[in-house]
Amino acid sequence: MPQILMPALSPTMEEGKLSKWLVKVGDTVSSGDVLAEIETDKATMEVESIDAGVVKELLVAEGTEGVLVNTPIALILAEGETAEAAPVAKTAPEPSEAPVVPAEKAAEAAPSQAAVPAAPKFVADSDPDLPEGVEMVEMTVRQALNEAMAEELRRDPDVFVMGEEVAEYQGAYKITQNLLQEFGPQRIIDTPITEHGFAGLAVGAAFAGLKPIVEFMTWNFAMQAIDQIINSAAKQLYMSGGQVKAPMVFRGPNGAAARVGAQHSQDYSAWYSSVPGLTVIAPYSAADAKGLLKAAIRSPNPVVFLENEILYGSTGLVPKVDDFVLPIGKARIARKGKDVTIVSFSMGMRYATQATEKLVAAGVDVELIDLRTLRPLDSDTVIESVKKTGRLVTVEEGWPQNGIGAEISARVMEQAFDYLDAPVIRVTGKDVPMPYAANLEKLALPNVDEVIAAVNAVTYRS
Amino acid sequence: MARKAVATQAKTQSNIPQFTKEQDLEAYREMLLIRRFEEKAGQMYGMGLIGGFCHLYIGQEAVVTGITMASEKGKDAQITGYRDHGHMLVMGLDPKGVMAELTGRSGGLSKGKGGSMHMFSNEHRFYGGNGIVGAQVSLGAGLAFAAKYKGDGSVSLAYFGDGAANQGQVYETFNMAKLWNLPVVFVIENNKYAMGTAIERASATTDFSMRGASFNIPGEQVDGMDVRMVHDAAKRAIEHARSGKGPFILEMLTYRYRGHSMSDPAKYRTKEEVTQYRQERDPIEQVKARLLESGFQTEEDLKTIENGIRAIVTEAADFATNDPEPAAAELWTDITISA
Repeated sequence: MPQILMPALSPTMEEGKLSKWLVKVGDTVSSGDVLAEIETDKATMEVESIDAGVVKELLVAEGTEGVLVNTPIALILAEGETAEAAPVAKTAPEPSEAPVVPAEKAAEAAPSQAAVPAAPKFVADSDPDLPEGVEMVEMTVRQALNEAMAEELRRDPDVFVMGEEVAEYQGAYKITQNLLQEFGPQRIIDTPITEHGFAGLAVGAAFAGLKPIVEFMTWNFAMQAIDQIINSAAKQLYMSGGQVKAPMVFRGPNGAAARVGAQHSQDYSAWYSSVPGLTVIAPYSAADAKGLLKAAIRSPNPVVFLENEILYGSTGLVPKVDDFVLPIGKARIARKGKDVTIVSFSMGMRYATQATEKLVAAGVDVELIDLRTLRPLDSDTVIESVKKTGRLVTVEEGWPQNGIGAEISARVMEQAFDYLDAPVIRVTGKDVPMPYAANLEKLALPNVDEVIAAVNAVTYRS
Repeated sequence: MARKAVATQAKTQSNIPQFTKEQDLEAYREMLLIRRFEEKAGQMYGMGLIGGFCHLYIGQEAVVTGITMASEKGKDAQITGYRDHGHMLVMGLDPKGVMAELTGRSGGLSKGKGGSMHMFSNEHRFYGGNGIVGAQVSLGAGLAFAAKYKGDGSVSLAYFGDGAANQGQVYETFNMAKLWNLPVVFVIENNKYAMGTAIERASATTDFSMRGASFNIPGEQVDGMDVRMVHDAAKRAIEHARSGKGPFILEMLTYRYRGHSMSDPAKYRTKEEVTQYRQERDPIEQVKARLLESGFQTEEDLKTIENGIRAIVTEAADFATNDPEPAAAELWTDITISA
């Protein structure tokens, strides 16, 4: 005989009031008929019958307060059932799924309370070996990014570029120069100024199997689109149990340019790299820009690709091979050394590189690491280095609190504490919105002298 | 109150499109499956088997049923917000998998990792199940963008509520959808209340079919309680989109009998209003009456259908109750794909 149980209106509800019966013994009820009204301090609910039959017995009087969830409140005699065949349950079934359970009970409720399994370890590939005597071509980061997109657009017809001024204008920073001419308006698409909308539209296109490259004129504008990047793109694979992918790249200049004020100068490295589901890449050199953007476009995952406006015009040597793709998640040791480790990425590498040159000239054997990828973060390379040098300085343009340096410091403390000969020092942007005045902006950003001072401090050379 | 007048007008049109007996029977089956499934879900929620949020579709069944009947199943894409169980059932997703997702079990459509608001099927072209109000509108236009890019002739059906209709990205999307003439039908399920806020208290204008006017997107207000009206309007809207004329807006005047989610104060509308919709406008009762009046089906025939649906729902509930929770190792899977 179907029992009607006191329902829970929310997972945290334990008891409630049976305020009113809308049926009486002997009534015939069918599915969906309202049997009773119950209420708590914040909600009311009608109890509907799920079964058809005759009301046999009302077990709880109306007006009763404190009725425990899952207590039988009525018996329904189903069609074809006889009253005798119905044993009344003495006890209510335990609400085994309710999250509010005492600790002892929770422990019994395995496997939901089982020990947390260890996270799988990500192991990145090494950089590919270049052919002997490969020609190295000098090009700007801008050209490298442009070549990477052009090559991938040629390779895969599902790849397309979408963003503000990417087509006819040739890119606000000319990263998409000539792509419209080669690939046409079907694949190089100017959007209205509508970041939230076109980011979401691109994610939808990725769900349906395309591989969008979404250019944000700057990552500062992408704050309007961050919901789609995180809630729709990053979480989709997990929420769908692995079914629906979002293979796509969100890219554009990140961080401070020069004299553009607080709203155009934020570094989002720490924000995006905190999100599971995203891959976050922030290259410094032209070669890394090319090899990693190609890898990002081929990735089956949503990738946040953080460029830097000031670095667009800087040049570097890029190997001239048919298909130069670099591994995601692998840091690059820019200089080997044994006295101190400097870890940086993107624009921070410019300060770090210049500081390293001066420090080496002064006799400090610096090991300089360019992270290149911020998620998955190549801790191993950093930890191995710190085990050797015992000293660490991190350099980034972003704010200090919860920054990349803060994350690396924590990991080093957890995994290489006994190897440290000095506290880690973070060189970061100052904890202020970016000022406009030239002198203040300079003060707000990290600089070479700060990096040198930090290295002197951790090596006790000052 | 202008909205009500239009709804009545829609209902009293002399040329109400007629269903064949087979169509009525199909609509009856689909809507009854949703109704019984949702009642069961509500009951299981009450028993603590389902956690968190649980937004039931009871009362709105004719909307997704009529539209899906007018679409090409397996070809046209659909996407909606958090009130998504009905969409999945009509699109042919396994009721066992849906219910087991509600209970957070390994056999759920998302392995128990998504929950009530996050279920998907590439095979059936259902893209969720989206918990951020309004996000599915731009995502849905993206599905249409992909259809146009590939030239596969499919249409995207993007459902959202009267509440979501006030989100900014909806209008960003309307603009792009018309600018590029994407094959998308925007279905606004106007059930009169965004959670507990009546449309008149939240919207400067309450004729949502006009919301595309400044983008030159045609719109139509439809009696969303009559599956024939829904189907007829959807046929035209989908044909419009498929033929390359761009987006179309269908405002479905509908009603949700249950609370917004399970814990609902029920103070923002009168009991009489709910009762009136249930008694006078119920989408399932309308079809049932037609089937009986026409003599095509007897009470006995309908009882057989009902029993069949009951068996499906019971099987789903049993599966969802007894299926194990996901293995602990699932915590770390499906975060990213290894290249």
